[in-house]
Amino acid sequence: MSTLTKQTLSHLDWLEAEAIHIMREVAGQCERPVLLFSGGKDSICMLRVAEKAFRPGKFPFPLMHIDTGHNYKEVTDFRDKRAAELGERLIVRSVEDSMKRGTVVLKSPDEPRNKHQSVTLLEAIAEFEFDACIGGARRDEEKARAKERVMSFRDEFGQWDPKNQRPELWNLYNARSHRGENIRAFPISNWTEMDVWQYIEREKLELPSIYFAHTRPVVMRGGAIVPVNVASGNGELVNVPKAGEQVVDLQVRFRTVGDITCTAPVESDADNIGKIVLETATTTITERGATRLDDQTSDASMEQRKKEGYF
Amino acid sequence: MSAHDNITDNGLLRFMTCGSVDDGKSTLIGRLLFDTKTILADTLTAIEKTSKKRGMEAVDLSLLTDGLQAEREQGITIDVAYRYFSTGTRKYIIADAPGHEQYTRNMVTAASTANLAIILIDARKGVLTQTRRHSYLAHLVGIPHIVVAVNKMDLIDHDQAKYDAIVAEYKSFVAKMGLFEGRADIQFIPLSALNGDNVVDRSETMAWYQGPTMLDILERAPGAHSESTEAFRFPVQFVCRPQDSANPDLHDYRGFQGRIESGSVKVGDLLTALPNGRESRVKAVQIGGVDVAEGITEQSVTILLEDEIDISRGDMLVKSGEVPEQKKEVEAMLCWLSETPLSPARTYLIRHTTRTSKAKLTGVAFKVDVNSQEHVDATQLSMNDIAKVSWKLAQPVFADAYTDNRATGAFIVIDESTNNTVGAGMVL
Repeated sequence: MSTLTKQTLSHLDWLEAEAIHIMREVAGQCERPVLLFSGGKDSICMLRVAEKAFRPGKFPFPLMHIDTGHNYKEVTDFRDKRAAELGERLIVRSVEDSMKRGTVVLKSPDEPRNKHQSVTLLEAIAEFEFDACIGGARRDEEKARAKERVMSFRDEFGQWDPKNQRPELWNLYNARSHRGENIRAFPISNWTEMDVWQYIEREKLELPSIYFAHTRPVVMRGGAIVPVNVASGNGELVNVPKAGEQVVDLQVRFRTVGDITCTAPVESDADNIGKIVLETATTTITERGATRLDDQTSDASMEQRKKEGYF
Repeated sequence: MSAHDNITDNGLLRFMTCGSVDDGKSTLIGRLLFDTKTILADTLTAIEKTSKKRGMEAVDLSLLTDGLQAEREQGITIDVAYRYFSTGTRKYIIADAPGHEQYTRNMVTAASTANLAIILIDARKGVLTQTRRHSYLAHLVGIPHIVVAVNKMDLIDHDQAKYDAIVAEYKSFVAKMGLFEGRADIQFIPLSALNGDNVVDRSETMAWYQGPTMLDILERAPGAHSESTEAFRFPVQFVCRPQDSANPDLHDYRGFQGRIESGSVKVGDLLTALPNGRESRVKAVQIGGVDVAEGITEQSVTILLEDEIDISRGDMLVKSGEVPEQKKEVEAMLCWLSETPLSPARTYLIRHTTRTSKAKLTGVAFKVDVNSQEHVDATQLSMNDIAKVSWKLAQPVFADAYTDNRATGAFIVIDESTNNTVGAGMVL
C-alpha cells in the first residue's frame, strides 16, 4: 500500500457531498419527484443541500408539506417564508382535508394526527402522480430506520416491506418504479442529530424560533413536558390543559418539531446554535426518547407506521 | 465525546463487522458505542431492563443492535444495519451485516461501501469456515484494510500462545488462498468485547499485547481514496440549464453535475467527454453556483466547460490522457442477490455509474464455493452465488477494473419486470 496521503473531505463535507449526489440521482432517475419540507431542522438542511446540488438552476422538484393542522405556527410561518425566499413552489396538503373527505377518521378529537399523515401523503402522491418523495429521515433516529435504504421502495399502498428491500450497493442507487409505486429517498440517511446541528452551525441556517430556548406554559404528563395552549398553524388553540393539571412556565426548546399533540420540548437554556451543539454533545437522552410521545407506545411503533406508508 | 470542539477533523471512516452473534459481533459494536459514549441514558435503561428480564447479570450490550420486530420474532438478523458514532475527531459509519452463509448478499452489500473490515474470530474456535467466507468476501469486494479480531480472549485465559497460534493459522490460510495480496493490509488484535479489553481501553490482562487498541486502529486507518493518486472519473448525473429569462448571464449556462468518483479537477484541465470523445477545458468548478478552486474525490460539484459539447446524464468526463476503455463486453465477478435465479435467456439492465444499458449474459466461467474458495462448474446462478461471468451490453460502459477503481469498476444488475436490484458485479 502506498503511504501517500491526499486531501480528503471533512465529515460534514462528505455527508453534504453524499446528500447532493443522492438528490441528483433522484432528479436524474425519476420523472416527478417532490421534496418533503416541514420547516423542521432536518428538512431545512435538505433545502441547503438542494441549493448546493442545483443552483443556479431551479430545484427540479416542488416542495411539499403534509400539514396536520396542529403544527406550530412558528414552524408553518417559517416554512412559507423559506419557500418564498428560495423562489420554489410549495404544495401544502392537510390532514384536515382528508378528515373532511372521510379518509381520515380520528378515534377521538384529540387523537395525535401524526400517523394519519400517511393517508394524506398517499393522497397527495396520487393527486400529483409523484414517483419519488425526498425525505429528511435519518438512520440514527430509530432502529426501524437503521435498516432503511437510501432509496426505499414502496408498493401501490405505500407500504414498506422490511424483509424484502432492494439491496443497495456502492453508490449505485436504484430509484426505478412502476406506475403507482413510489420511491422514498433519504439523502441525509447517514447524518446524526449532531451532524445536523453542526451543519446548521456551519452553514448559518435560519431556524424556527421554537428550536431555541424560550419560556412557555407547560404541564407534566407521564414524565414528559407537554406544551399547553399552543397556537397552531390553522389558528386553533391546541393542548388545552386537563382539569386538575398544574400549568407552569418553563424555559424549554424543541429538539424535534412536528404535530403539537405529540412533540414535547426539553428543558434548556440553549438560546443559540453553539449552545445547542454543546448540549447535543452532552445530553443523556436520545432525540426521540424525550420528545416524541408517539414512538413510546411500543418498541416497534415506528416500524409499524412505516409499513403503513409513513415516512 | 467532544464533537463540538474538534480541533482536527479526520473525516469519516466507513467500516464493517463480519461475524455472527456467537462471535460477539453485537457485543463489540455495543462496546464501541458504549465506550465512546454514543449510547444515551434512556437507551441504556431500556437494555438494562431487557437484560434483567432475560435473567442476565450484566447489561447485554448486544441488545443495542437488536433490530426489527420481524427479526426479534425470529431471533435472527436479516439485514444490514447502519450505526454511527463519533470520537470528536472522526465520524464512523458501521455496516453491521449478519454473518450466516445465506446472507452472502448482505455481506457483499455491507462491504461495498466499507474501507475497513473487522473479521471476528472466536478465540475458542480459531479459524472457521465462516472466517474463510468472510475473508474471501472482504477480498472480493476490495476492502483495503482488514482487522482480524480474536475475541473472547477472557474465555481462553488471555493466553498469548493460543492467540499466536490463531494468528499463524489465519496468515497461512490467506497466503495459501492468495487473499488480500497486494490489495489490503491485515492487522491482528486480541479482544474481549464483553469486558472491553482492547476495544477502547487497553487491556490490563493482556500486557503481552503492545499493539494499538481497536479504536486506535480505527482512528488511524486511512480514509477511502486517501492512499494513492487516482484517475479523474466524473459520471454526469444531471445537466443544469437554468435558462432564466430574468437573468441573461445564465442564458448560456450549462453545468454538468455529478460526484467526483476519483481523482481531482480544476480550472484549465483538459477533459474528454465519453462516449463522444470530444475535448474541452474546464471553465469553472462550482458548488451551488459558487466557484471553488478544485474539486476533489467524493465531492459533488458542477463542471462548466469552455466549449459547447453535447453531454447528458450517463456520459462521463475524464482527463484526456487517462481515458478508460469503452466496453460492450464485460467480464466480471458477479454476486447474485435475488431469489429468482439468473436466467441466461433474459435481458437485464446493467447500471454502471450513472449509465444504464440492456445486457445479456453470455457465459458463466465458474462459480466460487465461498467456504472453500474452490471453483465449481455452473450454468445457473441462484441467490448468494458468486461467479465469474461475461455480459454483452447494448451500450458501451466506461469501466475500469474493479481492483483499480471501486466506483467505476462496479455495477448492479436490475430486473426490468420488478425493477429489483438482482446482482452486484465487479469488472475484471
